[in-house]
Amino acid sequence: MSLENSTLVKLNNAGFKQNNKWLVEGVSLTVERGKIVTLIGPNGSGKSTTAKIALGIYKNIEGSVEKYTNKVGYVPQKISIDWTLPLRVYDFMLLTEDIKDEAIDEALTLTGVMHLKNKNLGNLSGGEFQRVLIARAISKKPELLVLDEPVQGVDYTGEIALYELIKKISDTLNCGILLISHDLHTVMTATDHVVCLNGHVCCSGTPMDVAKNNEYKTLFGEQASQILTVYEHKHDHVHSDEGQIKKN
Amino acid sequence: MLDDFFVRALIAGIGVALVTGPLGCFVVWRRLSYFGDTLSHSALLGVTLAYSFELNIALSVFIISSVIALILIQLQKKTNLPGDALLGLLAHSSLAVGLVVIGFLTFIRFDIMGLLFGDILAVTTNDIFIIWTGGAVILIVLKLIWKPLFASTVNYELAEAEGLNPDRAKATFTILMAAVIAISIKMVGLLLITGMLIIPAAMARNISDSPQKMVLFSVIGGLLSVLLGLFSSLEFNTSSGPSIIMAALVLFILSLLNIKQSIKLKN
Repeated sequence: MSLENSTLVKLNNAGFKQNNKWLVEGVSLTVERGKIVTLIGPNGSGKSTTAKIALGIYKNIEGSVEKYTNKVGYVPQKISIDWTLPLRVYDFMLLTEDIKDEAIDEALTLTGVMHLKNKNLGNLSGGEFQRVLIARAISKKPELLVLDEPVQGVDYTGEIALYELIKKISDTLNCGILLISHDLHTVMTATDHVVCLNGHVCCSGTPMDVAKNNEYKTLFGEQASQILTVYEHKHDHVHSDEGQIKKN
Repeated sequence: MLDDFFVRALIAGIGVALVTGPLGCFVVWRRLSYFGDTLSHSALLGVTLAYSFELNIALSVFIISSVIALILIQLQKKTNLPGDALLGLLAHSSLAVGLVVIGFLTFIRFDIMGLLFGDILAVTTNDIFIIWTGGAVILIVLKLIWKPLFASTVNYELAEAEGLNPDRAKATFTILMAAVIAISIKMVGLLLITGMLIIPAAMARNISDSPQKMVLFSVIGGLLSVLLGLFSSLEFNTSSGPSIIMAALVLFILSLLNIKQSIKLKN
């Protein structure tokens, strides 16, 4: 596959301004098939905004977005659902696309919430709902997955299992993933490319490159840098097994 | 058979209920009941224009309601006023303008009560034709935009992110609202049209656990309300609109009893 074909979404110097205040500016990044790109950064650094720019939710942006796929699965960070709607998990799974029952069951089983299929969405706990959100996003077998803090509120063991699942999905579906996470530990084991944001791109590259970067160190502290470096070893190992070579 | 005014009213009422059922669910889900009120208040202006220029009432109401909807969207963009204030502003000013225009139209005899509360005696075969063809078009369009409209009702950003074009669906739905008001004005009257949209849907919400069921029960509730309302309107010589809405209210109250039962069953 040529490089051009494998690109799913590309941001060119993109930014978004709201009420005359830049939420994020000058972001360039590319998500390719089979690759996981992770956005990290402090609160208010523009991670979710960047994801929404990539998804085309924000319209009046600076710079440009090139999107090469329409098969998108999205797990938003915040989702407010109006409970005036009688909505079961099953109905929610069919929200944006009519998918087959087997695909629904498969996705719900993978995220461990098959038993909730006929439950009302309003009766789920935060963690259960989060699992349903992930199931919904993967059940449509998307080419591009955008996951904005997908495991928030999920219990510790579930968190690890879900990150493993996300990694597996990127391999089996060969889809590109744009991931936002605060959990440096877990994320770094799977990530191909890290973009560190703080209103703008403060640094980007492989987890190793980013960990060594001075701006990253000032932003996250020396300790975080060590975490990244530790996981970079593991990461290299995993990837050499699969014959994948890091970008750049 | 169509010579009988009551049969005409029944056929027209059934047509109206079939359309208000599904649309009413979206009005409840999207919290548009005041929007519906605003459009139906502005319908009075549409009616007076129809009389002044000898236009078809449904067509004239449809045009005026659509224009009011467009003005609302523009005002929302250009002012900092909250949505409900803008709705009130448009509802009452269009109602006032409509009433003032009626005052000038002294050469025409107006049945104001019929206009406000519906009049089954006034339903003509032409009205039936408009209700059923208009209703069919509304339902077909609603079916076409169902997916994006429903998805964006649940969550706008999910619908937008996954390529469903929710803005287009929303604009189309606004037009459908104007259309449903235009076709139901003769039956229910302009003050009570929103009731016909909301009450059967609210009743259905009480007894449904999925969106499809809610739409189905809303349609059934609307049909029952029309039948009960029209028969009692004939029996007690009351206006058709209030009678239909009262029947819907009775069904709503019954649905509350059902909730209590189902809670008991669960326990």
